[in-house]
Amino acid sequence: MTPLSLYHFLALAAILFGLGVICVTIKRNAIGILMGIELILNAANINFIAFSHYVTQRVDGQVFAIFVIVLAASEAAIGFAIIYMLFKRFKTISAEKFDSLKG
Amino acid sequence: MNLADIVFFFAALLIIGAALIVVFSRNIIYSAFALLGTFGGVAVLYILLSADFLAAVQVLIYVGGINVLFLFAVMMTSNIQAVKTTNRPLKMQLAVPLGIVLVAILLWIIFETPWQATPGVIFNPNTQKIGFMLLTDYLFPFEYISFVLLMVLVGAVFIARRESRPADTKEEL
Repeated sequence: MTPLSLYHFLALAAILFGLGVICVTIKRNAIGILMGIELILNAANINFIAFSHYVTQRVDGQVFAIFVIVLAASEAAIGFAIIYMLFKRFKTISAEKFDSLKG
Repeated sequence: MNLADIVFFFAALLIIGAALIVVFSRNIIYSAFALLGTFGGVAVLYILLSADFLAAVQVLIYVGGINVLFLFAVMMTSNIQAVKTTNRPLKMQLAVPLGIVLVAILLWIIFETPWQATPGVIFNPNTQKIGFMLLTDYLFPFEYISFVLLMVLVGAVFIARRESRPADTKEEL
């Protein structure tokens, strides 16, 4: 294996991103879709920090990764609040059942 | 083949293996626990990239906060009869090849772009540098994100509130 370089981290993040996209597409459970979104955000974070380490000598990428982590936590919290209310109302969280905007 | 390569190999194995379980497992609880493995593997990757503060933040927030939130949500919203939710076969036949095509395009872009990468940077602790940047260059996003957290806190509590029944409000009058 060639010594560790930027390409290894970018390729790993690309594979993780693809798996996250497949997870968002495939899952019937609404919480499964949120799991896919977390995988996508982690892949983006790996990219940020890898570029911050290999291309610049500053920590800008890491500061931005902190913001990404904070926003990922926030949207997971709001997503779960919405899913919880959907579960209380419809007694199911299968994403295929939520197909109309009528209350 | 030095220690960094070996650690990266095992961390990558953990990340991809756990992500495969997250995506293709039929039991949502298995997926929720495998997500823990993904987050831990990513934390190991951050240490390899000299991001020690961010590795700690990743473990604290993602594993200790977000994953616990996932488990709460899975436990609270699962039907007692049907804990397993299966993935639809037609969607899998369509989505997995498209996902592979997406990853192939991304990998081709990655390996064709001439990145200006310096090989082998020295590891140094950078918690102090991050703190300095947060208060000088990134001051406005830092203040704004605390406001966003306040909004999210109020919003989540409001969305998931318990509906008050008419009998309660009549007694207050």
